[in-house]
Amino acid sequence: MKFITAIILTALLSFTIGLFTALPWWSFAITTLIIAAAIHQKPWKAFLAAFVAQFVLWAVLAFIIDIANQHLLSVKVATILPLHGSYILLIFITAFIGALVAGLSALTGSFLRKR
Amino acid sequence: MRIVPLIISGTVTTALIVALNMQLPVGATKTPRLGYFLSPQQGFWQNAEPADVLFDKNISINGIKSAAEVYFDDRLVPHIYAESDADAYFVQGYLHAKFRLWQMEFQTYIAAGRLSEIIGEDGVKTDKYFRRLGMVYGAEQSLKAMEDNPETRAATDAYTDGVNAYIKSLKESDIPFEYKLLDYKPEMWSNLKTVLFLKFMSFDLTGQGDDDLKMTNTRNLLGYDTFKKLFPERSNLLDPIIPKGTAFAAPSIAVKTPANVDSAYFNSNNNAVTATAPIIPNKNNGSNNWAVSGTKTKSGKPILCNDPHLGLNLPSLWYEMQITTPTQNTYGASFPGAPSIIIGFNDSIAWGVTNAGRDVKDFYDIKFRDTTMQEYWFNNTWKKTEFRKELIKIKNKPNDTETIAMTVFGPVMYDRNYKSKNEDGQYIAVRWTAHDASNELLTFYKLNRAKSYTDYVDAITSFECPGQNFVFASVSGDIAIRQQGKFVAKWKRQGDFIQPGTDSNFMWQGYIPATENPQMINPVRGFVSSANQMAVDSAYPYYLGRAANFPVFRGLIINRKLSEMNNITPQDMQKLQTDNYSVLAEFARPFLLKYLDETKLNAEEKNQLDILKAWNFENNINEKGATIFKIFWDSVYKQTYADEFGKSKLPLSWPDQPTLVDALKDSAYAFADDINTSDKKETWKDVVLIAFQKASKTLFKTSQENKLEWGVFKDTYVNHLLKIPALSRLHLPIGGGAESINATTANHGPSWRMIVQLTDKIEAFAVYPGGQSGNPGSKFYDTFIDSWVSGKYYSVLFLNKQEARHNNRIKWHFTFTKA
Repeated sequence: MKFITAIILTALLSFTIGLFTALPWWSFAITTLIIAAAIHQKPWKAFLAAFVAQFVLWAVLAFIIDIANQHLLSVKVATILPLHGSYILLIFITAFIGALVAGLSALTGSFLRKR
Repeated sequence: MRIVPLIISGTVTTALIVALNMQLPVGATKTPRLGYFLSPQQGFWQNAEPADVLFDKNISINGIKSAAEVYFDDRLVPHIYAESDADAYFVQGYLHAKFRLWQMEFQTYIAAGRLSEIIGEDGVKTDKYFRRLGMVYGAEQSLKAMEDNPETRAATDAYTDGVNAYIKSLKESDIPFEYKLLDYKPEMWSNLKTVLFLKFMSFDLTGQGDDDLKMTNTRNLLGYDTFKKLFPERSNLLDPIIPKGTAFAAPSIAVKTPANVDSAYFNSNNNAVTATAPIIPNKNNGSNNWAVSGTKTKSGKPILCNDPHLGLNLPSLWYEMQITTPTQNTYGASFPGAPSIIIGFNDSIAWGVTNAGRDVKDFYDIKFRDTTMQEYWFNNTWKKTEFRKELIKIKNKPNDTETIAMTVFGPVMYDRNYKSKNEDGQYIAVRWTAHDASNELLTFYKLNRAKSYTDYVDAITSFECPGQNFVFASVSGDIAIRQQGKFVAKWKRQGDFIQPGTDSNFMWQGYIPATENPQMINPVRGFVSSANQMAVDSAYPYYLGRAANFPVFRGLIINRKLSEMNNITPQDMQKLQTDNYSVLAEFARPFLLKYLDETKLNAEEKNQLDILKAWNFENNINEKGATIFKIFWDSVYKQTYADEFGKSKLPLSWPDQPTLVDALKDSAYAFADDINTSDKKETWKDVVLIAFQKASKTLFKTSQENKLEWGVFKDTYVNHLLKIPALSRLHLPIGGGAESINATTANHGPSWRMIVQLTDKIEAFAVYPGGQSGNPGSKFYDTFIDSWVSGKYYSVLFLNKQEARHNNRIKWHFTFTKA
C-alpha cells in the first residue's frame, strides 16, 4: 500500500512543481526526496516507487504532447541527438532520465530515516 | 540516519543532476542541458505545437494605446486592423516576436558582433569581423538618424514595445526551441537592434565591394593592361535597366581623377594582400523585378512582379502580413526585426526591389608610423589615430576587447592584431556608405502609405544603403523604376582596387544627387525591369563599379520575354517568374559545339555530347543536358584561365562568365593559349576538347551516382540558420539556376515571389520558401516550401476589416486591448 501511495504522491507532486516553470527543471528531485523521507520504505522500494512514478509521468506527458504534435518535433530532435529519428526512443530516454533522477533522490530520502 | 549510504546516494544524485544540468561537450559541439531540454514541462517538448492548435487569444496588455484586432488566415498570415499606426506597429512587433523571436535576435547578435555570447569561442572570428567592418559604428550613426525623424521614431518605439511586451509575457517553458538547444535566454529588444538588422541587410547586399582585395591581387598578377582585357568596363552582352541609347543630363558633380593615378593606383603593384573576409555575402545575392503597363495586360491595368534572391533559410527572412490603420492598408513581406512592410502593395500602388550592386565599399592602404598605429601618414603629415574599443563577451570565457584604429577613411579592417589569413602586415581601412547615418526605414514607412508616383519618388529619395532598384506600379496606371541609393561619384575604376590611403585626392569626392540616378517612367515599350544588371550604358556620366558586380543573363531573358508578351495575366507572370531557361547556355553552346572536334571523342563522350546537343536550354529538374552543360562550361572556364590564374597563391578574382561567352566569339582569343606549354599555341579547339574530356570524366562519375538529372545534381535545400540538417529541408526537386529567371541554386534563390495586378480590386499572388511560424515544432514551420518548389502561388487575401470578419479563409483571431 505504501508503495502505491509513494508512486501516486511522487508523480502528483512532481507534476505540480513542474507547473512552476520558473523553478529549475530538477525541482521534482526535492519533492521526491521529501516523499521518500516521509513514507518510510526499504531503500530499494523507495527507489523503485519514485523511478516508476517519474518514468510514467514523463513518458505520459511526452507521449500526449507528441501525439498532438504528430511527431513533428520529436522526430527532428531524435535526429539531432542522435537517435535515428526514433520518437519512441526519445520518449523512453526522456522518461528514463527523469526516472533516474527521481529514483536516486528517493533513495537519498529513504536513507535520511532511521532503519 | 544511515550516514554512509546517505552520503554516497546524495553525492550520486547531486552529480547526476549537475551533469544533466550542464552542456556536455560532444566532439566539436555541445549537448543542450539534457535534463532541462528533455523535461516535458519545461524543455523542448513544450515547443511541440499541437497540429490542431487554436491561435485565438484575447490579449490585455500594457503599451497599446487603444485597441487592435488581428485575423489570421488559413496560412497563418495575420491581417492587423488597428486604430492608430503606433498600435499597428506594436502589434507587428508582438507578432514578429511571437512567431519569429529567435531568428530576430540571432540575426542581430551576428550583426552586432555578439555571436560569441551565444556559441562561445567559435563565434569570435565572426564577431571581430563585424566589429572591424564598423557594423556597430554604422548602426549607432543610423540609430540617431532614425530617432531624429518623428515618424520612424514613433513606429520603431511602438515596434520595440510590442516585441518586449511579448518577451515579458513569455513563460520559461515557452521560449523558442533554439534558445533551449543552445542554452541561452532572450534579452529585451531595442531600436538599435532594428537598425543592426537593417545594417546586416546592407552588409549582405553590398558585398561586391569586398572583391577589391582580390581584384588588387589579380591586377598585380596580370599587370593593368592585361587586366583591362579580362575585366572590361562593361559586358558586350549587357541589356541595361535603362535601355541603350537613352540620353542623360550632364553630371552636376565633376569628378577629378587624381593626377598621379597611373603610378599610385593603376600600375602600383605594391599591395599583395593575403587578407580575405571570413564571411563573404553570396555572389548571387540579387533579384528580379518588373512592371508592365496596362497596354500589355489582359486587364488593362499594370502588373508588378518581384522576387528577391537571397540565401534560403529557415526560419525565413520574410514574414507575410497585412497592416491596416487609418493612414494605410498595406500587404506584403516584412522583416522580422523591423516595422513596416518591405516589399508589397497597398490600395493604390505596388513596389518591389532588386539589388543595385553599385560599389559603395572601398579599401585604403594606410601607412602607420609604427606598429602602435598611433599616427598615420596623410597629406604629407602624421595624423593622430583615434581608437574605438569594442567589448566582445564570450560565453564561458573571459571578455575580449577589440581595439579598432579609426582613420579619416573609416575603421582599419585589417591590421597586425587581426589575423584573418592576413600575414602580410598591411593596414587596410574600409570606407563604406553603411558607416554613415541614414534612415532606410523612412522609405518603407512612406511607401506603405504612398498613393501615387509622386509619393513613391518622395519615399525612395532618402534611401541610401544598400542601393536598390525600386520598381513601381499604380492602380492609376503608371509604371516606373529608379535605381536609388547614396552612390559615390567616382572616377573611372575608382575603388576597383585598394587605393592609397596617404592622399586625400583618392577619397570619395561626393555623392550623385538622387535626381541623377537612373530612372524611367511609363516607357513606350510598356515595361520596366531589373535583374541586377548594370543600370545604364556608357552614355551615363558616372562610374558604377566593376562589371563583375552586375550579372547580365537574367536581365536579357526577362527583357526578351517581356517584349514578346502581350495580353498578360498574373498566371503568365507566374510562368515567367518560374522560368528555367538558360540564356547563357543558348549563347555558349553553339560555340562549344563548333569548336569541339567530335571525331576525337570516345563512345561515352559522344553519348554525353548527344544529350547536350538535344537539350532545350531549360534548367528543368529532369534535364541531364543542363548538368552536362554546367560541368562542361565550368571545365572550359577553368581550362581557359587556370594557366594564368594558377600562377599566384594569393586570393584572386577570376573573370566573369559573360567575359568568357564574349571571348568565344573571338577565334584567336589570346587567353585560349596555355601559357604552360611553350612549344604550342593552343586555340579554342584545343581548350574545348581538353575541357570536354575532363568534364566527361566528372560526368561519368556523376552518372554512376545517378546524379545526372539537373534537380538531383543541383540538390537545392533550405537551411536552418544554425545549419542543422534535421531542422532544414533538403533535396528539394526544383529547377532553375543562377542564369535563369528562376534563380535557384543549391542554397540560394527567390526568397519571396510576388505578383500584383493593380486592378481596382487588387489581385495578388505570393509564395516564399518557408512558413509563417519559426518554430520547428509547428506545422506552419515550412508550410509553403512544397508550393514554392513546384512553382505554385497562393492567392493573397487582401481584406478590409469587415471582410476579414466574414471571410471563410480566416481561421483565428487575436484581440489586443489596453491592460
